[in-house]
Amino acid sequence: MIPAIALVAGIVLGLVLRPTVPSGLEPYLPIAVVAALDAVFGGVRARLDRIFDAKVFVVSFISNVLVAALIVFLGDKLGVGSQLSTAVVVVLGIRIFGNAAAIRRHLFRA
Amino acid sequence: MNRPSPQMKAKGRWHGRHGSAALIGILTLALGFAIAVQVHAHSSGDSLSGLREDDLIGILDNQTARADRLRQQIAGLQDNLRQLQSSGDRSAAARQQATEQEQALGILLGTLPATGPGVTVTITDPDAKLIGEDLLDVVEELRGAGAEAIQFGTVRVSTSTAFTGGNGKVDVDGTELTAPYRVVAIGDAKTLDTALNIPGGVAATVRAAGGELSVSEQRSVTIKVTRTLPTAKYAKPAH
Repeated sequence: MIPAIALVAGIVLGLVLRPTVPSGLEPYLPIAVVAALDAVFGGVRARLDRIFDAKVFVVSFISNVLVAALIVFLGDKLGVGSQLSTAVVVVLGIRIFGNAAAIRRHLFRA
Repeated sequence: MNRPSPQMKAKGRWHGRHGSAALIGILTLALGFAIAVQVHAHSSGDSLSGLREDDLIGILDNQTARADRLRQQIAGLQDNLRQLQSSGDRSAAARQQATEQEQALGILLGTLPATGPGVTVTITDPDAKLIGEDLLDVVEELRGAGAEAIQFGTVRVSTSTAFTGGNGKVDVDGTELTAPYRVVAIGDAKTLDTALNIPGGVAATVRAAGGELSVSEQRSVTIKVTRTLPTAKYAKPAH
């Protein structure tokens, strides 16, 4: 319950404050958001599987974001930034779909 | 001895549960915040600022190539404009030339009124001895002296003007005129005067017939009488 409320509160906060993204963070923010979404979906699935662990969630969340940002950073340095960020988005998207399917099976038994 | 009491253990677990819940809340809050910020940054503001260097270079190349194409188009269109303007100038010049030619021909053919320096000639014929040929001589003399437009009585003289009859009545192009005859001619007044009064010329002929030919040079005479343009029945322009 708390995470859902916090998520909504964060969105509202972002809409109200309307901060500008620092130019150094611009390439990383969308990837970090997708990585964090992956962690959140994984957490929801674990919760429904009754194997949720707060520590695992926090660590996976932070490491997901950091690794995604690192990959994009490395890709930028190697000159394949756009391709690598596409790859990260594809992989994370597949994981999100998998988790979403598991959540769906739990919720609708289908 | 330092084993934690059950109370402390419970307190630690309580603290840990709440701490991780708070941590999860902060993380999801940050996620929501990041989503809102990213959506806002992506939808508003210029889309270029979020792009990578390679993409920007590609866009710049595209824009440069497009600008080059547009510059070429501009040069081509300016060429077209110049051509059209020069052809427009040419056609305007041709039209002006045609108008001038038409006016010159109209004056010479008698289809347009004319004005300019010239002479007024009055020919009296009290004895009614002058015949058409004598009056034609007057016209011929004026033409020979460079008269560009001639009005005889009430008739505009042209290339096909004919003088018939005599004895006080002359038929000019179907119009019957009686003495005294009044002739207006446009040309160099001095030359016209000289030509008419040349010894043995038309003035002498008129005097011999008992009449009088008087010429008055004028700075400006106007011939308002015009004639219709005869249509060629047989002749056609040959190229």
